[in-house]
Amino acid sequence: MNTVYDIIGAVLILVGSIFLFLGGLGIFRMPDVYNRLQAGTKATTLGGMSTILGVGFLMVDTYWGWLVKAIIIVMFIAFSNPISSHALARAMYKRKRYPLITSDDENMDAYREVDENKKKEEAL
Amino acid sequence: MIYIIYIALVFMILGLFFAGFRFIKGPTAGDRTVALDTLTTILVAGLVVLAYIFQRYIYLDVALVYAVLGFIGVIVIARYLEGAL
Repeated sequence: MNTVYDIIGAVLILVGSIFLFLGGLGIFRMPDVYNRLQAGTKATTLGGMSTILGVGFLMVDTYWGWLVKAIIIVMFIAFSNPISSHALARAMYKRKRYPLITSDDENMDAYREVDENKKKEEAL
Repeated sequence: MIYIIYIALVFMILGLFFAGFRFIKGPTAGDRTVALDTLTTILVAGLVVLAYIFQRYIYLDVALVYAVLGFIGVIVIARYLEGAL
């Protein structure tokens, strides 16, 4: 019953579900849109990929198609999740919701000055 | 059947609860869209886990189609918020 595939699958599912929970908690706790994007996209990508691969490893003894279809879903998540997070961050920046910055480092949001100068030149 | 899958379901339901709270409460539309993206990914993993619990191979297709539709929805909402649509 307990083959090596079962052990690999169980470990992957446990790690992945903990990362999914941490993604949801980060969405709930973080103060800003960009911090929420970080927590909710990176942690959830790793958690989803790990959980789906774990289910594929658990069922690979019964039918090998489970692992193939799990790899297809994992590849789709790995391609699509960064694209959607990038589109959301770009949309939020173009709506002028700038990041919360509490440090004095002026290079953290260096594009903001360029953006405001461009808007001033267009107004003139 | 491996019982660790139920522990995984409990963690996923807790994550869905927190992300759903942000989806309801979120101050702006961007926060709600980020929460929708997270909810979609957690639900795809949950559908795959449910396919293992019920031992149905065909439910993986449901998870794949839901991932595609959620991705397209988030992209369309982001383009609309940007003002390009």
